[in-house]
Amino acid sequence: MERLKILKTYKIYIGGSFPRTESGRYYQPVNHKGDKLGNICQSSRKDIRNSVVEARKAFSVWSEKSNFNRGQILYRIAEMLEGRKSQFVDELIFQSLSKSNAEKEVNLSIDRLIYYAGWCDKYSQVLDSVNPVASSHFNFSINEPTGVVGLIADQNTSLIGLVSLLAPIIVGGNTCVVIASENLPLSAITFAEVLNSSDVPAGVVNIITGFLDELIKPLTTHMDINSIAYSGKSEKIKKQLKESSALNLKRINVYSRDWIKPVSQDLYLISDFQEIKTTWHPIENIGGSSSQY
Amino acid sequence: MNNYTNKVVQPDFSKSPRIDKVGVEERVSKFQKRSLKRETKLMGLRMALSMIDLTTLEGKDTIQKVKQMCYKAQHLHDVFPNLPKVAAVCVYPSMVRVASKLLDQSEVKVASVSTSFPSGQSPLKVKLMETKFAISEGADEIDMVISRGKFLAGEYNFVFDEIARIKEVCGNVRLKVILETGELITLDNVRRASEIAMYAGADFIKTSTGKIQPAASMQVTYVMLEAIRDFMDKTGIKVGMKPAGGISNSKLALHNLVMVNEVLGNGWLSNEWFRFGASSLANDLLMQIIKSETGIYQSSDYFSID
Amino acid sequence: MNIWSKVSPSEKSKYIYRIARLMQERARELAIIETLDSGKVIRESRDIDIPLACNHFFYYAGWTDKLQYAFPNKKVSPLGVVGQIIPWNFPLLMAAWKIAPALAAGNTVVLKPAETTSLTALKLAEIIRDSGLPDGVVNIVTGYGDTGAELVNHYDINKIAFTGSTTVGKIIQKSISGSDKKVTLELGGKSANIILEDAPIDQAVEGIINGIFFNQGHVCCAGSRLFVQESIYDIIIKKLKRRIDKLIIGDPLDKNTDIGAINSKEQLNTINNYINIGKSEGSKIFQSSYKLPNKGYYCAPTIFTDVSQSNRIFQEEIFGPVLTIQTFRTIDEVIKKANNSPYGLAAGVWSDKGSRVFNLSSKLRAGVVWANTYNKFDPTSPFGGYKESGFGREGGLHGLSPYINLK
Repeated sequence: MERLKILKTYKIYIGGSFPRTESGRYYQPVNHKGDKLGNICQSSRKDIRNSVVEARKAFSVWSEKSNFNRGQILYRIAEMLEGRKSQFVDELIFQSLSKSNAEKEVNLSIDRLIYYAGWCDKYSQVLDSVNPVASSHFNFSINEPTGVVGLIADQNTSLIGLVSLLAPIIVGGNTCVVIASENLPLSAITFAEVLNSSDVPAGVVNIITGFLDELIKPLTTHMDINSIAYSGKSEKIKKQLKESSALNLKRINVYSRDWIKPVSQDLYLISDFQEIKTTWHPIENIGGSSSQY
Repeated sequence: MNNYTNKVVQPDFSKSPRIDKVGVEERVSKFQKRSLKRETKLMGLRMALSMIDLTTLEGKDTIQKVKQMCYKAQHLHDVFPNLPKVAAVCVYPSMVRVASKLLDQSEVKVASVSTSFPSGQSPLKVKLMETKFAISEGADEIDMVISRGKFLAGEYNFVFDEIARIKEVCGNVRLKVILETGELITLDNVRRASEIAMYAGADFIKTSTGKIQPAASMQVTYVMLEAIRDFMDKTGIKVGMKPAGGISNSKLALHNLVMVNEVLGNGWLSNEWFRFGASSLANDLLMQIIKSETGIYQSSDYFSID
Repeated sequence: MNIWSKVSPSEKSKYIYRIARLMQERARELAIIETLDSGKVIRESRDIDIPLACNHFFYYAGWTDKLQYAFPNKKVSPLGVVGQIIPWNFPLLMAAWKIAPALAAGNTVVLKPAETTSLTALKLAEIIRDSGLPDGVVNIVTGYGDTGAELVNHYDINKIAFTGSTTVGKIIQKSISGSDKKVTLELGGKSANIILEDAPIDQAVEGIINGIFFNQGHVCCAGSRLFVQESIYDIIIKKLKRRIDKLIIGDPLDKNTDIGAINSKEQLNTINNYINIGKSEGSKIFQSSYKLPNKGYYCAPTIFTDVSQSNRIFQEEIFGPVLTIQTFRTIDEVIKKANNSPYGLAAGVWSDKGSRVFNLSSKLRAGVVWANTYNKFDPTSPFGGYKESGFGREGGLHGLSPYINLK
C-alpha cells in the first residue's frame, strides 16, 4: 500500500513565527488544472496590525546592523534558497508553471538575492555624498532606511516578484510587511521558512496571505507604515495607495516591471526606500569663514 | 578688588567650557555688522579714546620717547577742544619713574609691564622682584604675562600660583594678566587661561603683548568677555578686559565696544573696566572724531605721532 | 517644453548662469523688496536669502550638461511641465530652490508664489525675461490657494513641487491620486534642538537663538522643541533669557534689527493664540522685555519652560518666535522624545564629543541634522524631511532626482 503523503499546512509569517490567521479563515486557490493549492490563511486586518507592530519592533534591530552584516544575511538567504531549490520548483510547477520556467524563476530569485546581497555595503558609497558647502562646515548626505515598508507583491508570480522587491527593501535596512500573491501564495510562505532559517531577525519580514481587496486598506492606511511598494498595474489600487498616502505622507512606489527580466534589478530600487539625511558640523580653519584668528 | 582667595572655590581648569570656533566667528560677524548712528558713533569714538593705554614697549625706548608719549597722553590734539585724555600709558619698568613723574598731577595712570615681558621666561623670584620694583617706581597698574610654556604643558597650577603670587605683591595696584592668546592657539585654551587668571586674582585679563601675531582678534576678545561674564555670574567679582595689539583703527575699536555692550552690558563701558592696548589707534580715533564733527576728511600729517 | 527641450544642455547652462548673475547685480534691490514685502529683517534678506538664491542658480546651472554623471547606468530625461507652489517665509529663496533644479533637469516651470509675498518672484520674472530665456520656459502666476489648486489639478502638469504646510501638502497628495503626476513635498516641522551637558555652552545658546528666532521663527526647520540636559538647564536658561533680552526688535529695514515683523496679521493671530494655549496649559512663559513698535505686526521672542511632551505647544508647529523647552536626563531618553513626533524635518545636536554627536545624529529621524550649528543652508546641501515633513530633497545632487525620469 502506498504511503500516505503528509500535506503541507501553509501558515502566515509574523514576528518570526508561523501563526494561523487570527481570523481563523482560509481560502483555497486553484491551479490551472483546478487542483486546490491548499488551505491558505485568509488573513484579516488584525494580522496586518500584528505584522506592523513586529516590523516596527524589528526596525531598530535591523537598521542598526552593519551593512556588512546585512549583506551576510542576504547571502545566507540565497544559500538556504539554493538548498531548497527543488521544493520551490515543485511548488511553482504545482502553481501552473512549466518545469523550465519554474527552474528559471527559482534560479533567478537566488541570483537576485546574491545581486542585492552584494549591494549591501556598496550602495551608500554610490548614493551618498559629501557636499562642498561654501561655509566652514563638513557636510554629508547619507541614505537611511525609510522605516516599515508595506509590500504588495506581484500578483502574477509567486516567487520572483516577491524576491525582486523584498531584497532591495531589506538590503537598505527597512523592515517589511508583505501581502503575498493572492492566487499564487505557496512560494511566499515557503520563502518565509527560508527566511526563518537564515539569521533574518524576527519581524524584519512578515508575510501574510489573503484577499488583496480586504488587506490593502488596512495596510495602506496604517499610520505606522512609512512606505508602500506595489507591483502591478491596477489603476484602482494605485489611486487607493496615493490617497492613503495623504494620511501620513507614505512614500508610494509603484512598479510595473516584468521581474523575470534580468534588467529588472538595479541600485535605484534600493534608493526608492531610502531617506536622505544631511548632517552639518563646523570645521575650524577652512576657507570661507573669516579666519582672522 | 578681586580678592579671590577667601571666597571662591577654584574649579578644575581642565574642565573649563569648550568653545566652538566657527560658532564664535558667526557671532562676531554679527557685531561687525551692527551700524551706529552718528551720535552714538561719536560717543563711541570719544569713549574709545578715553580707554586707550598708550603704549611703547620697545628695546629702543628712551626717556625722551617716553616723555613725548606722556605729553601726548594728556594733550591728544590741543587744537581741538574738549577731547578726553587716554586712560594710561604703558611702559617697561625702567621707564616707570619718568612717566610717573610726568603724570603725577594727571588722571592718566602709569601701567608697567612686568614678569619678564614679553616672554615671561624667568624664575618667579625675578618676576616678583621686577613687579615690586615697578610698583616702587610709581606704577599704578601692572601688566604681567603668564607662562605660556607651562600652560601648554598642562601645568595649570603653576600658572595659577604664579599669578596669585604676583597679585599678592600688587596689593591694591591693579593687575592685568596677559594671556598672549597668539601662543595659546585654540579658543578652548583662551577660555581656560582666562579662568585661571581670574580665579588667581586678575583685575583685568588682556589678550596679548603686541609682540606676537595674531593678537587681539574679535574672536579672542569675545571668548574672554564671555569668560568674564560667567566669572561674574559665579563669583560676583567684576573683572576688566583689555584687548591689545592689532586694534589700529576706529572701526575695529567701535566693533569692540558694540561687542562689550552686547556681551557684558554698559557696566563695562568705561576705562575702569575696559581698555585698548594700542599706540596708533589714538590718532585714527582723533581723525574720525574731527571728521564727524566737521564733516571734513582728515590727514595724518596734522596729528602728532608721539 | 518644445522650445526648451531643443536648447542644448550646455546652452541651457548658460541661461541659468545668466539668471544667477543678473540676480547678483540686482541683489540690493531684491533684498529691500523682500524685506518690505515680508517683514523679514534686512540683515537676513541681504546676507542670507538673496545670496543663497543667486548661488542656487549658480549651482544648478552647472548640472545641465552633466546629468549623466549624477545617475550612473541610467538614461536621464526631464519630466515635462512642473507646477511649483512656494510659501511666504523665504519668497525669493524658495523660488530659486524650485526653479533652478527644474530648469537644470530640462523641465519648464509654472510657479505660484504666496499671495502675501509675490513681489520678488515677479522681480525674478523680470530678471528671467532680461536673461533672454525663451518665452514660456518659466511662468510665474500669482494668486491665492485656488490658483494653486488649479495648477495642481491641471491635466498637462507632470509634476508638482510644493513647499508649505503639512495640511495643504496632504490635500495636494490626495487631489493628484488619480493621476500619474509626480510630487515632492517640503512641509512642516517641529524640530528638536538638543543640548548635551558637554556642549560649547555659549555657542549653543547662540544656536538656540538662531534656531528659533531666525526669520521670526517662520522657518519650517526651526528648532522649536528645545531639549536641555538637566545638569546644565539652569545656566542655559539664564544665558538664554539674557540673550533674548538683547535682541533688537523693530523696523525690518534697519540694519541693526535682529527680529523683524510677523508676516501677516493672520499669522500673528495664530502665534498669539498658541501663546495663550501655552499659558493655559500651565507652562511658564518668558518674553523679551524689549519695547515692541506700536505699529505693525510684532511678536516678542517667547520661551516656554516647564513644558510637557503632551502639551500642544510642544507638538504643533507654531511658525513663530516661540520656543518650548523640556529637560532630559539620558541620551536614550532624548532620542525617544525627539523622535516622538509625526514630523522629521531637522534636528540640532550640541556636544563636544564626536562619538556622542554621531550617535545622536544617526538615530534622529530627520532629514537635516545640524551638529554644533543650526539653520545652515547651502545649494550643495540636500534639504527635506522624513515622515510628515514631506518627501523629496531640494539642493545638491539629490535635489535633481525629483525633476528627472530615469530609464
